[in-house]
Amino acid sequence: MDIRNRTYDDILVLSPEGRIDHGNSEAFRNSLAPFIDRCKNDGKRLVLDLAGVDYISSAGLRCFMLAEKQAKAQGGTIVVAAMQPVVKEIFEISRFTLIFETFATVREALARFSPTALQAYQA
Amino acid sequence: MLVRFWGTRGSLPVALTSADIRHKVMTALSLAIAKGVNSPDKLKSFIDNDLDFSISQTYGGQSPCVEIETGRAEYLVCDMGSGARAFGGHIMSARNSVPIVVNVLMSHVHWDHIMGFPFFAPAYAPGTHIRIFGCHDVLEKAFRLQQSAPCFPVEFSRLAATIEFIRIEAGQIADIAGFRVTPKLQRHTGDSYGYRFERDGKAIVYSTDSEHKLEDPAETEGFVEFFRNADLVIFDAMYSLLETVSVKEDWGHSSNIVGVELAQLANVKHLCMFHHEPAFNDERIQSVLNETIRFEQLTRGSRPLRVTAAYDGMELEV
Repeated sequence: MDIRNRTYDDILVLSPEGRIDHGNSEAFRNSLAPFIDRCKNDGKRLVLDLAGVDYISSAGLRCFMLAEKQAKAQGGTIVVAAMQPVVKEIFEISRFTLIFETFATVREALARFSPTALQAYQA
Repeated sequence: MLVRFWGTRGSLPVALTSADIRHKVMTALSLAIAKGVNSPDKLKSFIDNDLDFSISQTYGGQSPCVEIETGRAEYLVCDMGSGARAFGGHIMSARNSVPIVVNVLMSHVHWDHIMGFPFFAPAYAPGTHIRIFGCHDVLEKAFRLQQSAPCFPVEFSRLAATIEFIRIEAGQIADIAGFRVTPKLQRHTGDSYGYRFERDGKAIVYSTDSEHKLEDPAETEGFVEFFRNADLVIFDAMYSLLETVSVKEDWGHSSNIVGVELAQLANVKHLCMFHHEPAFNDERIQSVLNETIRFEQLTRGSRPLRVTAAYDGMELEV
């Protein structure tokens, strides 16, 4: 699975698209892996931009959990931004909002991390 | 076919406290005042139609025990949790001159699933025949152990009923009380087994104490086949999805989210959430049910899935 990635200052924004379900969750996890490896205290912080994702199954959410666990162990931070209403509700019902800080937009997520990153995004 | 729930709570029986009752009464009366309920007729309608189940009633706190009516002069029940005490009372009050025959299907022998048996009155009645089916080789040992000194005053050997332990195998169909019964191995510490009951074109699945590993498509497909086209699936939805993949991973239980997903994949008609977390009060269980119904709406395919939460005393016609 291809995941579009952009960097603003030291913030990495990943933008997967489509459905993340039982059929492609492992592919999603594999695509995510190299980016998560870089998400550490002295490396890039990460924003998952879910504007293009219209559905996440339990298997997909598990990938989010594993990514968060690895990043946290490395001292990194992952936040989630721009969820579509359905995905936002799935996040809430499955209680994933308890472990991920969520933002209505990528802009708000970048503002949380770094003014420089926000500036780069707005440029 | 009628399914009757005698115990629906997981892990440990619980009871409402006086504070819980007071909270229900306060909430109900406050709402009644606000609605101007001022006659017995209005009161009944108010209770039935305006109050949430979590205020007007309770999900109960007995541990697992689920009866499937057989339509014959014999009983069929899944697990012997603390709900078995009331089930036994029901059998004794309904008995006539016909000897009692009770068929028990055991998911596993953890304490919350066997603890009702020492209080199961038919076990003390001469002439009763109890047939305990299960896939564990420690089945009989577990039942005898919990009635050994110093844990219980009545030794298993002193029970008056004729009690048989019958080993069945996962994947092998057994004919029990007129049902075609298929056991399936499930992921749980010490193993557990789900049962699919089929008769007259109807199918009921009892699947509790079962964790589902989401990374294994073969495992998922196995459960989809086990649940396929079932009229009712009684499903262990003890935890949230987040808990099952984080702090409570490998605790052997599942979530509402996975229950809905599997039921949708398998074209199930009715998903009944079961094995409720003992730390949850009625309002919390109701809230989880409401969220699960919403999740089903969000993810619905071509056919709606009915979603309920089991409560002690619930009866479902299948």
